[in-house]
Amino acid sequence: MTEAVLAVLRRDLRLALRQGADSLMVVAFFVITVALFPFGVGPEPVVLERISAGVVWVTALLAAMLSLDRLFQTDYEDGSLDLLTLTPTPAMAIVIGKVAAHWLTTGLPLIVASPVLALLLHMRPEGYGVLVAAMALGTPTLSLIGAVGAALVLGARRGGVLLSLLVLPLYIPVLVFGVSAVDAAVMGLGFTAQLMILGAMLLGGLVLCPWAASAALRQAVE
Amino acid sequence: MHRYANPTRFLRIANAILPWSTGIMILAFGVGLAYALVFSPPDYQQSETVRIMYVHVPSAWMGLFVYTAMAIASAVALIWRHPVADLAAQCSAPVGAAFTFICLVTGSLWGKPMWGTWWVWDARLTSMLILLFLYLGYMALAGAFDDRQRGAKAAAVLALVGWVNIPIIKFSVDWWNTLHQPASVNPMGESGIAIDTAMLIPLLTMALAFKAYYVTTLLLGMRREIAAAKVRTLRMAAVHGA
Repeated sequence: MTEAVLAVLRRDLRLALRQGADSLMVVAFFVITVALFPFGVGPEPVVLERISAGVVWVTALLAAMLSLDRLFQTDYEDGSLDLLTLTPTPAMAIVIGKVAAHWLTTGLPLIVASPVLALLLHMRPEGYGVLVAAMALGTPTLSLIGAVGAALVLGARRGGVLLSLLVLPLYIPVLVFGVSAVDAAVMGLGFTAQLMILGAMLLGGLVLCPWAASAALRQAVE
Repeated sequence: MHRYANPTRFLRIANAILPWSTGIMILAFGVGLAYALVFSPPDYQQSETVRIMYVHVPSAWMGLFVYTAMAIASAVALIWRHPVADLAAQCSAPVGAAFTFICLVTGSLWGKPMWGTWWVWDARLTSMLILLFLYLGYMALAGAFDDRQRGAKAAAVLALVGWVNIPIIKFSVDWWNTLHQPASVNPMGESGIAIDTAMLIPLLTMALAFKAYYVTTLLLGMRREIAAAKVRTLRMAAVHGA
């Protein structure tokens, strides 16, 4: 099982590296969307500071969602998903390996980019550390939930739009607690409770999402 | 369980239940609406606007209840590959979405005179809105595949995943102390039933009417789907036979 997970992970990482620009594009989307807000709401530091945590989180959610089609769609189209599921490897191992690769190529770059964007939005320095911690706990959950959605829409008409309708409502709890952790830290209040809930959602997601995604995956290649 | 997987047997049972559920629905709506709109007393604070509650609260209950029913039917469909359970889940979704929508609209109409605003981003309101999106996502996914079987199965997995949100919606007013008042009808909680009998009886009658309405539309919907499947099979046979 572990070997299979690692093999899928290595394969997906190698593909992401060779095909290059993909994770860079996710980060570029993240940066440019955040950069739209000062144009939209005006460059006053007071306003930007107030909305900074929310803007960074919402944009991270969208960036994570936009990259979900890479999770299974390309493999589904070129047939390698069929071959992967034909092997004795459990479908859950494929899902876990692919989710790990997705997080390493999109979640991790988003975490690295987020303090820089927080700086651009005039977030108070007390928030940076908590933002990174909350993103570190939240983005794996986004990849896990996204894997369920991505597996469900394989072979559907207009899968991309449908995926956003399925996944975004399920992303809302992560957004709520992610933003409130950063807001609490900026206001000098305790933020451990929010981080713990984010951690709990990650643990719950680790148990349930691979199961649901592998069930969906088996139906897609049936 | 498998006894009821046979559509013919299911149709026989459905046809036996339908007159009863329709009768209960008409009776309960007649009595409930008369009491709710005319005979029940106005509230001492909310005056006549309290009458919105008799539609709002049962539709909120049904919004949650139908999703749970849908999740159970989906689980049965996935585990035992039960074709009638698949139909039950798919025919429940539009009804549940309609209940959730009615709940949001009536809540909004009540909120304007009472809270002074059509909408607040309060925990209960937001979670009901998410429930509506879950229903819409379910219906969109079920209809997005050329192969109906595949759509049904994918939607069943989604219904189970989305069910995680139901306890959050149910207890949102207790966990987050926001604008929406906590539940007044809670036999197990410490507050008990904090609503006068003169209002409780029409409320429960309306709840019964809503439930009978759900059963009736569900059975009618499933009957329609079974008939549609038969028509499809006959058409295919005609095409291949010719």
